[in-house]
Amino acid sequence: MPTVTEALNTMDYGPAPESPAIATEWLARGPFGHFINGAFTKPGDTFDTVNPATGAVLAQVTQGTADDIAAAVKAARKAQPRWEKLPGHARARHLYALARLMQKRERLFAVLEVLDNGKPIREARDIDVPLAVRHFYHHAGWAELIGDEFPGMVPHGVCGQIIPWNFPLLMLAWKIAPALAAGNAVVLKPAEYTPLSALLFAQLCHEAGLPKGVVNIVTGDGDTGAALVAADVDKIAFTGSTEVGRRIRQATAGRGKALTLELGGKSPFIVFAGADLDAAVEGVVDAIWFNQGEVCCAGSRLLVQESVAVPFAERLKARMARLRLGDPLDKSTDIGAVVHPVQMARIREIVAQAVAQGADLYQPGTVEGNFCPPALLTGLGAANVAMQEEIFGPVVAMMTFRTPAEAVALANNTRYGLAASVWSENITTALDMAAQVRAGVVWINGTNLFDANAPFGGMRESGFGREGGRAGMLAYLRNPAVTGKPRTPPPALSALPGDAGPAGIDRTHKLYIGGAQKRADGGHSYAAQGTQFPLGGRKDIRNAVEAAHKAARWGTTTGHNRAQVLFFIAENMAARRDDLAAMSSDAEAEAAVARVFYWAAWADKQDGRVHATRASHLTLALTEAHGVMGLICPDESPLLGFVSTVMPAIALGNRVVAVPAQAAPRAALEMCRVLDSSDVPGGVVNVITGPRTDLARCLAQHDDVAALWVFADAATCTLAEHESAGNLKSVWSECRARDWHGNEGKDGEFLHRSVQVKTVWVPYGA
Amino acid sequence: MPHTRNPGTPLATDWFDAVQINRPATESRAATLGTRRSVKGVHQAAWLVNAIRCMDLTTLAGDDTEDRVARLCAKARRPLDDWIVTALGLPEMPRVGAVCVYPTMVPAAVRALSNTGIPVASVATGFPAGLMPLNLRLAEIGYAVDMGASEIDIVITRAHVLRGDWAALYDEIAAMREACGDAHMKAILATGDLVTLGNVHAASMVAMQAGADFIKTSTGKEAVNATLPVGLVMVRALREYGARTGTRIGFKPAGGMKTAKDAISWQILMREEAGRDWLEPELFRLGASSMLGDIERQIAHFVTGRYAAAHRHALA
Repeated sequence: MPTVTEALNTMDYGPAPESPAIATEWLARGPFGHFINGAFTKPGDTFDTVNPATGAVLAQVTQGTADDIAAAVKAARKAQPRWEKLPGHARARHLYALARLMQKRERLFAVLEVLDNGKPIREARDIDVPLAVRHFYHHAGWAELIGDEFPGMVPHGVCGQIIPWNFPLLMLAWKIAPALAAGNAVVLKPAEYTPLSALLFAQLCHEAGLPKGVVNIVTGDGDTGAALVAADVDKIAFTGSTEVGRRIRQATAGRGKALTLELGGKSPFIVFAGADLDAAVEGVVDAIWFNQGEVCCAGSRLLVQESVAVPFAERLKARMARLRLGDPLDKSTDIGAVVHPVQMARIREIVAQAVAQGADLYQPGTVEGNFCPPALLTGLGAANVAMQEEIFGPVVAMMTFRTPAEAVALANNTRYGLAASVWSENITTALDMAAQVRAGVVWINGTNLFDANAPFGGMRESGFGREGGRAGMLAYLRNPAVTGKPRTPPPALSALPGDAGPAGIDRTHKLYIGGAQKRADGGHSYAAQGTQFPLGGRKDIRNAVEAAHKAARWGTTTGHNRAQVLFFIAENMAARRDDLAAMSSDAEAEAAVARVFYWAAWADKQDGRVHATRASHLTLALTEAHGVMGLICPDESPLLGFVSTVMPAIALGNRVVAVPAQAAPRAALEMCRVLDSSDVPGGVVNVITGPRTDLARCLAQHDDVAALWVFADAATCTLAEHESAGNLKSVWSECRARDWHGNEGKDGEFLHRSVQVKTVWVPYGA
Repeated sequence: MPHTRNPGTPLATDWFDAVQINRPATESRAATLGTRRSVKGVHQAAWLVNAIRCMDLTTLAGDDTEDRVARLCAKARRPLDDWIVTALGLPEMPRVGAVCVYPTMVPAAVRALSNTGIPVASVATGFPAGLMPLNLRLAEIGYAVDMGASEIDIVITRAHVLRGDWAALYDEIAAMREACGDAHMKAILATGDLVTLGNVHAASMVAMQAGADFIKTSTGKEAVNATLPVGLVMVRALREYGARTGTRIGFKPAGGMKTAKDAISWQILMREEAGRDWLEPELFRLGASSMLGDIERQIAHFVTGRYAAAHRHALA
C-alpha cells in the first residue's frame, strides 16, 4: 500500500476489490447435484467450474445424463398441470416472491456471477442482476394479467431451456420468468462454464416455496443439452451460437415441439457525421467492450461516415487507452476475464486471421491469460473474417461509408440480424436507418439498452422468437391445437399422358411468376382435376423468389394501399363467384370472398406497440413483414385454404411464393387471374404448382426466403423444418387439417406469424 | 506545473456550430462515471486531500463582512486539523487552490492570506447576472486586480448565448481578458441559464477562443449549478480546444457541490475525460465551501476509523 503522499502524487485509483467472502461461503455447499422436483440430487459424475480470472476451481457440479434429464422432465410433466391450473394471481405471487428473494441476495448473485464468468463486478452489480430481478417483477405482472390479456391461449406444457455463459443469471431470468408466468414448467440447463448462479437460483426456488417440479435445473455440457433437446418436452428455447441453433433446429424437426432461438450476431454500429461523436465513442465502449464483448448483440461492426472517420478513430483510440483491464472483482475494472481459455483462443485466432487478411490492429496492452485488451481493427473490407464472423470478444472492426444508402447496404451485408445501433442527431436520418436495417432491435443514439418490457430477438440467422414484453409472452403461449385429421401425402404425380380429359377447348394453366403466366421451366405438366397443370420445379421456385424480391415496394407501401388492393381482389372474386364456386362450392367461394375482406381489414391495423420501459426512452415495437415467404397451402379447401394463407401474408406486406394444393390447384390458378385484374403488383403473389414435398424442400432450403408456412403431411412438415436450418428461417408447420371455414381459418396465429417484431429504442432529451 | 496563459484565437464558429450534443447519452455517461471507478482507503484519502488542493474556498453572499472573509481565510490556511495532517503523514498542511470573494472583500482576503501564497480570486463584471454596462464591468475587473486579486472569475452575458450572437460574446470576453492583465481569468458560463448542452458547448468554445484561462460552470446563484453532464460537455470542449490549439484550459465546477462524494465524482470525471494533469490546481478547481467540512470528516474517519462530527472540526 502506498502512503497518502505517494497516492497523492500518482492519483491512481488503487485497488477497490469487492469481497468474495459471501460467495466463497456459499460455494462450500458444493459439490452440487441437479435441482429436480424441488430438491437437490446427490452429486453424480462431476466436473470443475473454474474462475476464468484466476484459474481457481470454484466448485464441482454434476454432469447431467440422459437419465437426469428424463427425471427432470418427468418432474416437470407431473407438476405442470397443477401449475397451469393455478389462478394467474397465484402464479404472480410465486414470481413476486422469487423477485424479492433475488433482490435480497443481489450482491451474492453479483459476486458469484463475477467469479464464474469473469465479468466486471460493476456490470454484474449494476446491470445483470437488476435486469434479472426486473424480469421477474415484470412477469409476475403478466401472470396476474394473463387471463385478461391472452384469452384462449394455453401454455406449451414443459419447456426445455438452454442458456449461454455470457449472462448466466440474466438469461435464466429471460427464460424462466415468462415460461412460469404463462403456466409452463421448465427444465433449464445452464452453460457448462457458468452453472453457479442457476444453482443459487434453484435454492431460492426452494426457499420461496415454489411448487416442486415447476423449475428444474440440470447442469452439464453440450451432451446434456442435446439430451434435453431429445427429451419429451413441448418446447425448446435456446440462446447460444448459431451453429448449435442450427443443430437444434434439425434435431427438433417434425417432433411437434415449439422452438425459439436467440442466436449470434454481427451487429452494425453506424455513426453518421451528424452524430454526437463523443457520445458515439462511449456508445462503442458500451457496445463492444461491455462484458468483454461476449454479447450476442455486441456492436462489432463499426460503420463510420467517411467525413468523420479520422477524428472518430482518434477519439476512440484515446478512449480505449483509458479502459481498465483486470481483476473482475475490482470496482474500477472495465474489462474482466474472457470466460474460458477456449474462447480466448478463438478470439486470438480470428484476430490473427483478420490481420493476415490485411486488417490493421490497434490494441493497447498485452494479452495475458484470459485477459484480452480492447482491440480495434481498421483498414479492412466486408470480406475480412472480422467483418463476417461473430468473434464474441472485445474486438471491433471499423469501416467507412459515404451515404445513408451505403450504410444500409453495409449494415445488411450479413447473415445475422440481431441488433443495430444508429448514431445521428438527425431523427429523420436515424429513423430511416431503423426502418431499413434488418435487425430485431435497433438502438438510436444508444446501445445495449434492455428492459423486461422490450421485446428482444433476432431476424435472419440470429434466430426467431422474442423475449420480453407481450411478444415474449407469446413465445410461451399457444392457441389450442387444431384437431383436424392428420394430412396425408398427395398421390404421386406423373408427367406422362393419362386418361382422356373433358371435351371442348382445353383450358391452359400456367405458373404465375412476377405477375405473368409462365410455363414450367422443365417443360412438363401433370394431371389433376381432369386436366393438365404445369409441373413446377427448383428453377421455377428460384424465378418466383427473385420476382418476389423485386416486388419489395409492396412492403413499404401504406397499409391503406394494400387494403385497397385486397378489397378490390374481393370485389373481383365476387364478380367471378360462380366460376370460383364451380371449382369449390358455393359456401367455399362465399367464405373466400369474406376471408379476403377480413385480411383487407387488417392491412392497415397491425399497429405495433409503444412499450413502457425507462423514463425518457421511446420504445417502439414495430411489426415488420418477413419479406419473401414460402407458403405450402393446404389440400383441404383448395380455394379457401389458398386464400386464407396468401391473404394475411400479403396484407401485412410480405411477398409470397405459394404452392397450392397439389391435387387440386385449379382454384388457386383461377385466383391468379383474379389477382391479375385487381392491381396486385407483379411478384407479390407467385404460384407454383407441382410436387408439394419437392417444392417445400426447395423453399425450405432457399436462403433468400425469410419465413415458411407448411400446411401439409407430417413428412413434408418434418422435411421443411429440417431443411430450414440452413438460413434458420422461421417455419410454421402444421400436419393436421384446419377448419378453414371457421375461426381456425383466420385465428390470431396468422397475424402473429405474418410479421416479426422490430424493437426501436429512442432515448430523448433536449 | 505552472499554468500557461491562453492566448486565445480568432472567433471560429465552425469549431462548434456543427457539433451535436446528445443529452441522454451525456447524462448516461455522467451517471456511470462514478460507478465505473472507485477509490478506497489510502487512495480515497489522497483523492480527498487533492480535492482540498483544488478547492476555491468561496464566500459570495450579500451578508459577507471582512471578518467573515477573514474567518474563511483562516480555514483556507489550515483546511485540516493538524492532527489529521500528521496522521496522514503529509509533509505539510495542504494548500487550497484559492479563496474566492466579491471585489470589495479582496483587500480583507489579501490581508488574511499574506505570506501563504494562496491566491485571492475575485468575481467581477457585475456578478452574478452581469447585466451592467460593459465599461463598468471592465472597471470592476481593474478594481479587483488593483486590490490584489490574481484570479478573476467573470460572468458572461447570457443573452449573447441565447441569441446566438457569438461575435458579441467573443468581443465581451476578449475585452475582459485584456482588463485582467496578468490575473488569470475564469469565465463563468452560468450554465443553468444556458439550459441546453449545445449552448454550453458553444459558449465554452467562444470563451476559450476569447482567451479564458478557465471555464467555470456557475455563479452558484442559478437555479441549477454544477452538474456532471454539464461538466462533461465543458471538459470535452476544452479537450477539443486543446487538440486544436495545444493550449490547456482549466475547468472549475461551482455551486451545488456539498459532499466528499461529489469531490471524488468530479475528480473521476477529470481523470477519465481530460487526464491526470487536470487533477492539479493549475487546471482544476472546485468552487465550494461547505464541501470542505464533509471532506474533513471523511478524512478523519479514514484516520481514526470513527465517524466524525462536524462540530469537532473548524468551521469554514
